[in-house]
Parts: sequence; structure tokens; C-alpha cells
Amino acid sequence: MDILTLFVVVPVLTVFALMISKGIKQHRVVALIGFSIQTLMSFNLIYQYLQERAAGNNAVMVFTKDIMWFAPMNIHYAIGVDGISVLMILLTSVIVLTGIFISWKVDDLPKEFFISLIVLASGVFGFFISVDLFTLFVFYEIAVIPMFLLIGIWGTGPREYAAMKLTLMLMGASALLLVGILGVYFNSGADGGALSFNIFEISKVHIPVSAQKLFFPFLFVGFAVIGALFPFHTWSPDGHASAPTAVSMLHAGVLMKLGGYGIFRVAMFVMPEGAKYWANFFLVLVIIGILYGALAAIKQKDLKYINAYSSVSHLGLVLFALLMMNDIAWKGAMLQSLSHGFITALSFALIGVIYGRTHTRIITKMRGLLNVIPIAGALYVIAGLANLGLPGFSGFVAEMNIFVGAFQHADTFHRVITILAVSSIVVTAVYILRVVGMILMGPTTPEFKNLPKIAWYEKTGTFILVLFIVLIGIFPFWWGGIISDSVIPFIQNLH
Amino acid sequence: MNLSNMLLMRNELVLILVILILIIADIFVADKNKKAVNYIAVGLFAVHTLIGFIPLKEGALFGGMFVTNSLVWGFKNILNVGVLLIILLAVSWLNKNSLRNRKIGEFYILIFSSLLGMFYLISSRNFLMLYLSLELSTLPVTALAAYDIFNRKSSEAGIKLILSAALSSGIFLFGMSLLYATGGSLYFDALTGNIGHSYLSIAGLVMFFAGLAFKISLVPFHFWTADVYEGAPTPVSNYLSVISKSSAVFILMITLFVTLNELKDIWIPMLYGISILTMFIGNFFALRQQNLKRFLAFSSVAQAGFIMMGMLAADHLAASSVIYFLAIYIFSNIGAFGVVQAVSLASGKENISDYNGLYRTNPKISLILMISLFSLAGIPPIAGFFGKFFLYTAAAGKGYYLLVFIAVVNVTISLYYYLLVVRAAFLRRSENPIPYFKSDIFTKIGLIIVVIALFFLGLYSPFYDYIDSVTHILNI
Repeated sequence: MDILTLFVVVPVLTVFALMISKGIKQHRVVALIGFSIQTLMSFNLIYQYLQERAAGNNAVMVFTKDIMWFAPMNIHYAIGVDGISVLMILLTSVIVLTGIFISWKVDDLPKEFFISLIVLASGVFGFFISVDLFTLFVFYEIAVIPMFLLIGIWGTGPREYAAMKLTLMLMGASALLLVGILGVYFNSGADGGALSFNIFEISKVHIPVSAQKLFFPFLFVGFAVIGALFPFHTWSPDGHASAPTAVSMLHAGVLMKLGGYGIFRVAMFVMPEGAKYWANFFLVLVIIGILYGALAAIKQKDLKYINAYSSVSHLGLVLFALLMMNDIAWKGAMLQSLSHGFITALSFALIGVIYGRTHTRIITKMRGLLNVIPIAGALYVIAGLANLGLPGFSGFVAEMNIFVGAFQHADTFHRVITILAVSSIVVTAVYILRVVGMILMGPTTPEFKNLPKIAWYEKTGTFILVLFIVLIGIFPFWWGGIISDSVIPFIQNLH
Repeated sequence: MNLSNMLLMRNELVLILVILILIIADIFVADKNKKAVNYIAVGLFAVHTLIGFIPLKEGALFGGMFVTNSLVWGFKNILNVGVLLIILLAVSWLNKNSLRNRKIGEFYILIFSSLLGMFYLISSRNFLMLYLSLELSTLPVTALAAYDIFNRKSSEAGIKLILSAALSSGIFLFGMSLLYATGGSLYFDALTGNIGHSYLSIAGLVMFFAGLAFKISLVPFHFWTADVYEGAPTPVSNYLSVISKSSAVFILMITLFVTLNELKDIWIPMLYGISILTMFIGNFFALRQQNLKRFLAFSSVAQAGFIMMGMLAADHLAASSVIYFLAIYIFSNIGAFGVVQAVSLASGKENISDYNGLYRTNPKISLILMISLFSLAGIPPIAGFFGKFFLYTAAAGKGYYLLVFIAVVNVTISLYYYLLVVRAAFLRRSENPIPYFKSDIFTKIGLIIVVIALFFLGLYSPFYDYIDSVTHILNI
């Protein structure tokens, strides 16, 4: 078994182990062990990857493996990773691991909860290792469908509505994706070769420009819906608000990253001409999303909605950077994906901690929580500051790269767009400081005077996330270095 | 013709033997021991299914009216497995009612006779043979639809089915005679390339197609479907929705791809329109259904639309993907109907809202229901996804991107109503859910085979490779 396939096999084995385990104690221990192994494997993967690069392996993808699956259609199980995928795999394992800690006390159908969570995670891991469009698409759908059960069974509020909306919008997006993938596949023989689903084989082919113009929007929108592209972002606030804590973490932290990653890895890579043709159109949508998300976050009263709209805005920056199409911006986009993953997971985890004690998420009903739950409060401040891009945390590094990259375009259109995007940071500061001020500062609301302390499992989960946020903030060059090496072949293909 | 030639009909001969043994057994088993007939029938049919897997020589009989080749042989095996599953699931239903008990033998004899008709249908290479086998396959099913004679809905289903079958046969015969008038023969081989474009041949094609469209329940020939599926006993609806439908698709494909290939420019646009109509109407009507059998009826109408989409590509890939899809569809639908039947047998409830909270009382059967429905909706890694993906690929390969787009929009619509059932079973809670029940061993075996097949057929690619290799026989 190769080092990459294990990332799908271990979760599947964990699922089987969960099926035969009995009682909530066994369930969570099994889930924890499974994902501790997975996390250790991701560290090992990064180590192996760096070794491989140090040994002088300059291939775009390393640890590649290619098995013929459906021969008549040239479908392969083809996998491989570069610097970006190994970091994304690390992000996923860490967030699932912390999500398991945060869900320590799930009492309703715990076995099914962990199984759904881990099935979802296995789809995400598969997505990050695939280099064959068919395999990628299969894993994408595996990652989406467990959300329906996770939100529908363990959610709060209008959970059925949210679950249905989210599932249908994301599966509708995958329908667009499918048309795009088939369009690429049947044009991959344009230079006279065999039809192929392998993105690296396709990228060498000169797909006719007319076909690129036709199919690029399918692939772009198909991926961007899960990356919360305006006006297809509406599933995200409802979904996040209704989802249980661990699911919000995983969804905002990892699943929404599939969008930016897919656009980077597939849409822009196989159809560079299409990307250039459509870039400005999508930039306009993206900038609307960035500003709209930020402004909407100001008006919200529910903590989860605030964070969800904040995610729409911050992930808009990822798409924004990708559409700027230069190496610095792309490096920023990938750093932003990583950094936002950890930050938003931390925010959602803390919202879960607060909600678990106060049983409300409405900010006007809470005051002075810092006095009663100081650790959670302090961590929430850290998450907020990291989110608004304070130097020393990961958000700053990522956004810095994005805007430096964006300012390299000297024409008026890009300048205006970039300035608008930068201004969203100010708005971010407004809503974050407002929330922190309202719920954490001041005299404590009487009924919340005696809230239970933060439990060990919540502490463990959140501390791990803070650690990574700080690590990216303090050692940006280490992370940025891994990413920028891997961005180069993709940006070269574009020009 | 000698004995070794006769062995080309081995499937049919063994099945006739099974039927004869059953008739005799039915006479000799006393009324109070009638349940034993179940075991005899299931046992004999299982043996028949196993014999079916022994490879068969290729060749033709009756002057070319009947052929056997690896494609036909493979498809007969798929049908065998499907019918075996259906009768496994039917046993507890037959045992339950003492009135039914007395007619147990009848049930098996009729269903096997109909299957015999299906065998001849997919082997036929002559329109007369095609017509006769179509009748042989339909008439026993109409009797089966009215099997619960004291149930008004069941009798109604029987009448509806036989009337629409008679009408479609009439249209079919008329189309056949028009094709005979233009081509001068009833043999597929002789007709191939000799039909020509004329109003007469086009009218023949359309009527011939309409006749088969009734069996496949394509819009606008689908009106009987929901009423019959709802009224007929569940195993019979199950049989109609998978075995009957897929055999008709199979022979339609052979005739269109090979014999009527000349009229491609007519039937491709025709299929294009019918495919879109069938998908939309099937899906929109399924949205509003409360009764699960009606729900599955409209879902199976919509599925037929997807099959037509794959078919109109009219090439090798289309043939393989259609047959692959049919094989998977058989298992998915049998799974869904099987669960509906088990629940209805245990509790008498058939509405979606009755399923509220089912997972909390009966987790295993709810999981099987979810897997079957996800397979119908096309969610990976369950086999239905692969089936649908290859149908899209076939259509996109010929440049029908717009149709593929319409189809994926429809898949999203269909996902909504499949999720409604999943929502009832998994998300909802209920004051009085369907209590825990135990199914008999036959139901269990049947459903387990379905689940294994639903994972296996998709992920295990040699199965598709095999289908792809046998469809070369069609020479398209």
C-alpha cells in the first residue's frame, strides 16, 4: 500500500472499527485513535515530501501512482501530491482530530456521528491526492453527501431546511462540474492523442480556445460554489448556522477549501485560455462576494452567522487571488486557504464552547463572558485577531501575499478591484471587534455568572488549532516556501 | 437441428423444466403444506441461475430467429439474478396470507413463464419472434398484477396493465407490418440496410417504438405505470420495474442500433425529445408522491429517461453504458422495492411520512434503503453513480452537452426527492415509529446480495470491461 492511498484506507478502516465498537466511550476512543494515526501520517508525509525534494526530485507531483480503473474510457486511479496537497492534508487531519475532541460529548447516535464525519474526511483526503478528474469527482461527491446527515440529524435550528439546501446546492454544483469534466475529457484528444482524465496529460494538450471558453465557467462555477462564490454562497450561512460544531469546523475549515484548490489544480490548469477570457467577469462576482460577506457579517446577531459570512468574505479573497494569476497572489491564495482553515475552525470550536454553556448564540444576550470563561474568551480574542489579519498570526501573512500579488496589475480595473478588496479588511475589523466587545467585555450578564469551566477535551482541541495559527504566523517562510515551489509549474502553464 | 444445437436454448430449456416440475409439485403438495412450494421454487430457480453461468456456445436456431451470443447470454444471467432476488424477497409475502398460500405455485409459474418470454425476447432476431415473446412475457404479468383478487386496487392494476399491454401490442404489430412492407422481411438481418427512408418506414419505426415505449414506460406512454405499480403486489411491481423494463430496453437497443440504423436521423432526435420529457415528467411527478410505490414508479420513469439519453449516442460506448446501467439499475430498484415490501409487510405502511424515525427502530433496513436510493440518485461510491456517469459520457461523446446538462439538472431534482425519503427515515423522529421487526432469512439474503452488488458492480471495473467486450458483437 502506498503512502497516499493509506490516507483513504485508514479512515475506511476506522469506520469499520467504529461499526463493531460498542458504547460512546469506545466510539470516541476508536475515532480518536484513527485520526491520531491519520495526523501522524500527515506529519510523516510532509517529512517524506521534504526529503524527496531535498533529494532532488523535481517532478511536479511526487509519490505518484497510476492504476488503470476503467480501461475503455481511460479512467485511472491516479494519485500524487505536491507541496500544496501535503499541507492541505495536514490541515484536514488536524481539523478532524480537533473536531473529534470538540464532539467528545455527542450523545445522540455517537457512532453514526463519527462514521459520517470520517466518511466525509475520507472524501476530502481522496480529493487532495487525486490527479485524475474522475477519481477527483468521485471523492468530491463522497465528501459532500455525509453533510446531509451530519446537519440533518445533529444540527440545530432549521436543520432539515439547511441540510437540504446545502446538499442540493453543492450537488447541483457538482452537476456543473461533471459537464465541465466531460467537456475537458472529450477535448483532451485535440492534439491527436488518446482521451484522458489525467490533469497533467490534459494540460499538455492544446484544448481548442472555443472549447475552453465554453467549459471553463462550468468548472469554475462548479468548484466555486463550494468556495462560496457570490451569488451561490447562500447555502453556506444557513448550513454553518445549523450544523453541529465539529461539522461547521470541518466544513468551513476544509470542505470550502476544495473550491479554491479545485480551481487552482484543475480549472485554471487545464484551461488557461478560458481562465484568462473569463477572469475579469468572475473577479466582479468575487469582489461583490468579499464586500457583501463582510458587510453582512456586521448586521448579523448570531455568532455562527457572523462567522459564516466572514468565511464567505475570506474565501472570496482566495478566489480573488487565484483570478489575479501571478505567483505571489497564488501563494497567498494557498496560504489563505490554510490559515483561514485553522482560524475559522478555531472560531467555530469556540462558538460551540460558548453555545454549549449559554445555550444562545445571539450576541445581544451575552455580556462579559471573559470574566466567567476566561480561557475560552481569550482564545476567542485570538481567533478574532488572527481573522482580521494581525501580524504574528497566519491571516496577516496570507493576506499580505494576496494584496502584494494583486497590486502587480497596473491597469485601472485591477487597481479598483484590489482597493475594494483591501477595504474589506477594515470592515472585518469592525465586525470582529464589535463581537469581541459585546460578548466578552463589560459586566457579566446575571444568568451567565456561573458557567462551567472549559473542559479538557475542548482545551486540547482549541490549543492545537492556536498552535498552528501561530506557527504559520511566526514561520511564514517555511510554509510559504513549500507552497511557492509547487505554485510555479502551475503559473508557468498559465503564461 | 440436433441436440447440440438445441443446447443453445439451454437457459430456456432449463427454465421450462423448472416450470414443469413446479406444476407437478403444486399438484402433489397438499394444501396445508403449500409453503413447501416456496422452497422448491426458490431452490430450483437458484440451481437454474447457477447453470446459467456455465458458458454457452454462440449460434442461431430456427433459421436465424433465435440467436445466442455472449451479450445475450450475459444479459440473461443478469435477469436470472434479478428474478432470483425478487422471488427471495417475495417468499415472506407469499407465506403471510393464507389466501395467497393456496396459490403459491401459481405465482412462481407465472413469473417464470414471463421470464421465459423475456429470454426469447432478448434472443429474437425476427419481428414475429419478437412479438410472440413479448406477449409471452406480458400476459403472465398481467395475471400476477391481479394476484390479490380481493384487493380492489390489485384487480384494477391487472385490468389497466392488460388493456395498455393490448393497446401497445396492437400499435407494435401495426408498426411491424409497416416495416415488413418496406423491407420485405421480418428477419433483422434481412431488414438491415433495406428499409430506406420513406413515410411508410418512418411510420413503422414510430409505431414499433411506441409499442416498446409502453413497456419501458417512456413519456408519453407512461400513464399506466404509477397506478399499476401501486395496485399490483410489490414483488410484481418490482418485476415490472426492473426485469420487464430492462428486457424491453435491451431489445429496443438491438433493433435501433442494428436493424433500424438507417433511420438514425429520425430516431436520434426522437429519443432526444423523449429523453428530456421523460426525465422532467418522471421527476416532477415523483416530487409530489406520498405513497412509496407510486414514488418509485415515477422514479423509474425518470430513470428510463436517463437510459434513453445514453442510448441516443448510438455507438459502442452507448451500448456498453446502457447495459451496464441496466444491470446496476436492476439491483438498486430491487433494493428499494425490497425494503418497501419488507416494511409494508411488517406494518402495512407504505407512505413516506410513515417512515419517520425508521432508522432509530430499524437501522439496518434503513441503511439498505439509503444505499439503494443513493444508487438510484447516482451518489458515489455506490454503483449507480458509475452507471449514470457512463451514460453522460456516452451522450457527451457525441457532443450532446446540452442534453447532459439537462440530465444533470434532473439528477439534482431527483436527489431532492430521494433525500426526502432519507430525511424521513434518518432525520425525523416520530411519536409512533414503525416498531422493530425481524425479516425472514430469504429477505435478509436477498437484501444482502443487493448491497454487496451495489458496492461491487461500481468499484470493480472488470465487470464493466466484460460488458464492454461483449457489446463488440453488435458491430456498431
